[in-house]
This record gives sequence, C-alpha cells and structure tokens, in this order.
Amino acid sequence: MEASGLTAWELFCRRGDRLLFGSLDLWADKGAAIHLVGPNGIGKTSLLRILAGLLPPSLTHFEHPELPARGSLSWQGSVGLLDGNLPLDEHLSLGRALKFWRAVDGGTADLDRLGLRPLLEIPVRFLSTGQRKRAALACLVGQGVDHWLLDEPLNGLDSDGVTLVESLIAERRAAGGVVVVASHQPIALPGAEVIDLRDHPR
Amino acid sequence: MSSVVTLLRRDLANLFGGAGRGATLMPVLFFLAVAMLYPFAVGPAPELLARTGGGIVWVAALLAAILPLDRLLARDVERGFFDQLVLRGVADEVTIAVRLLAHWLSFGPPLMLAAVPAAGLLGLDGATLRTVELGLLAGTPGLAAIGLIIAALTVGLRGGAALSGLLLIPLAVPLLVFGAGALSTGGDAGIALTAAISLVLAAITPFAGGAALRAAREG
Repeated sequence: MEASGLTAWELFCRRGDRLLFGSLDLWADKGAAIHLVGPNGIGKTSLLRILAGLLPPSLTHFEHPELPARGSLSWQGSVGLLDGNLPLDEHLSLGRALKFWRAVDGGTADLDRLGLRPLLEIPVRFLSTGQRKRAALACLVGQGVDHWLLDEPLNGLDSDGVTLVESLIAERRAAGGVVVVASHQPIALPGAEVIDLRDHPR
Repeated sequence: MSSVVTLLRRDLANLFGGAGRGATLMPVLFFLAVAMLYPFAVGPAPELLARTGGGIVWVAALLAAILPLDRLLARDVERGFFDQLVLRGVADEVTIAVRLLAHWLSFGPPLMLAAVPAAGLLGLDGATLRTVELGLLAGTPGLAAIGLIIAALTVGLRGGAALSGLLLIPLAVPLLVFGAGALSTGGDAGIALTAAISLVLAAITPFAGGAALRAAREG
C-alpha cells in the first residue's frame, strides 16, 4: 500500500450564511494529483484554503446544529499554497522582494527557469499579470514544501509558462508530493482524480 | 526565530521607508503642526501656553496615532502576506507581536524627538518637558497597541480608516488621563499608571490582533 499524503474527512465550507459544499472526503497517495472543477463560486478557492489550514475544516457554527462538526484534515508533510495573491512588497524590486521569502524559507527557486532573471531590477508593481504569476511560483518553489495547492496556476501565463507549470507539477509529484489544482483552463495532469464540487452539495 | 528577525527587519524597512512613504513622517509632521497652530489659536501669552502646552502635546500625540492605522495591516492582508506566513508556521500572534514592535519603533521614538521642538514652540520649561517625555515613553506603546488592535479589527471593513479614528479616541482616554494628569500632579504615579496600561495593552495585542486576523480570513 502506498503512503498517503493527504487525508481529509467530512469537510464543510460556509461562506457567510451559505453552505458551499458539505461532507466532502478527500484522500490522495503520495505523488497523486487532484483536479478540482466546478463553476465559479462553488467553493474551489475556499476548499484550497481549508486544505491549506487557513479556514477551519468543519462547521462549528451554531446556525447549523444539524450538521456534523467533525471535519478533519491531515497532511503527511508540509504544504504550500499558490493563490491569486502575490505576497511581495510592491514598491521593492523583484530581486529584493524575493529576498525576504528566501530569508524566511532558506531556499530559492531557479529564477532562470522561471524566466525571472531579467526582471530582478524591476519594481514588483510594474510586473505584468503573467510575470506576477511567475513570481508567485518562485515563492512557492522556493518554499521547498512537500505538497502544493494551486489556485488557477495558469491564469495570465503564456504557452511557455503553461508548459513550465505542468513540468513543475510533474516534478513535484515524482518527488512524492500531492498536488491539488483548481483550474478552469485545460492543464495536463496525468492520472489526476477529478473532483466536481457540484457532486457535493449540502 | 530567524524568520521573526527577518520579519521585523522587513516591517521596519517598510514603515520607515519605501512602502509606507510617510507612515512615520506624517504623524510627526501632524504633531508639530498642532504644536505650531495652538499658540496662534489661543494667543502667545507665555503663562497660558506653559500651563496648557503639555496637555496639547498629549492630545496631538493621541491624534497623530490615528494617521498610520489605515495602512498598518490592510495591504499585507490584501496581498495574502499573512496567509503565506501562516503556511510557513509563523502564527498570526507572532506576526502581530512583531508588527507591534515595529509600529511602536516607527511611532514612539520619532514622536518623543518631535516633542522637543514642540515644547519649544509652546514655551514649556525643562521640568514639564521631562514629564511629557517620560509620559510619552510610557504611553506611546499603549497607543501603538490600541492602534494595531483597531487596524486588525477593521482590516476587512470598507471605510475602516474613518472608523479606526473614532474607535481609537475613546480607548485612548485612560492613557491620556494618567499621562497628561502627571503634568498637573507633577508626580511619577501618573506615569507609572500610564506605563501599566501600556504593558497590559501590549500584552493582549498579539492575541487580540491574531484573533482578528483569523476572523477576517474566515469572513
């Protein structure tokens, strides 16, 4: 039996007064990939934030006493999240802004491979959408974690960028990492389990 | 531990230069502007200025504490900076504690320096200036702590900037009463009480601020 990377049971998600999805079970062996699909607003981003530990995995809300509050989540290893934000100081040059995360993480991404080397002197606020996505990827890769959560990782990227992300994901999986992707754009995830959140209504 | 030092250096760099362009300078200039305007408003009679000047310095310091609040946390929340720190195992409480230290360093000491020319503008004597400086040393950590809690509580709200000013003023009244009160009593008891309030506020800020950040995350 393969070692499990992610085990999550009975996940519920509430935004405001709405229950987005309920009773969702997820598990993934090491090296597996999960592709989250579903229309806008179904809760893909929320699910990724729950999996990242930023939102609680269960409802302990008194407004829903009928629902179980026993959601549980466990990762074997460390987790990183790539979302729509770029956690860099906008006024600094890209090189100096990345230096902060390098000091925190103790590692750095291959900037040549990500196509960021020529941009290091440019202030972060002048980067284009695709370049910002590449910079966010640099933060994630530099973090050196086992498992990745990717929220629309292809947004704004050119075709080279798409290939790059797909190969980065393949390498992470080959190293035994679990990769959970929410993407509306077609993305090559060989052998990925597709989870449609519409199948998990309340 | 090293990430805490890295974070503190980044916060200080942001507050003193670059990003918060003016985050440190604006409260100081505002503070000096109040000290400069007051004699125009009440007239230049030296005994009146000497008697009321210390209190004006305190009111100016309290109002100056409102200015940096709107940008203290909002931008880092918007760009997911705190989320990424949580993912790296740095708890919100630690982040807020570091931000409190950085915020006080960029707010308290510059204000205490500015109090010297302000005392000159208001014609305060040496003993009064000493009491004002000691009071500010004891009181500005409390003002910084209240400001940071309010910034964390209002981070997800529209119009949070206007609200934070209204929230800070009543909460800062105890600091003002004891800090400025030390001027009229001339004793150190008021300053000691101000310091005690500041210590309590600084101690609860990481927990209150961390809880507020988590609540904002859960929306």
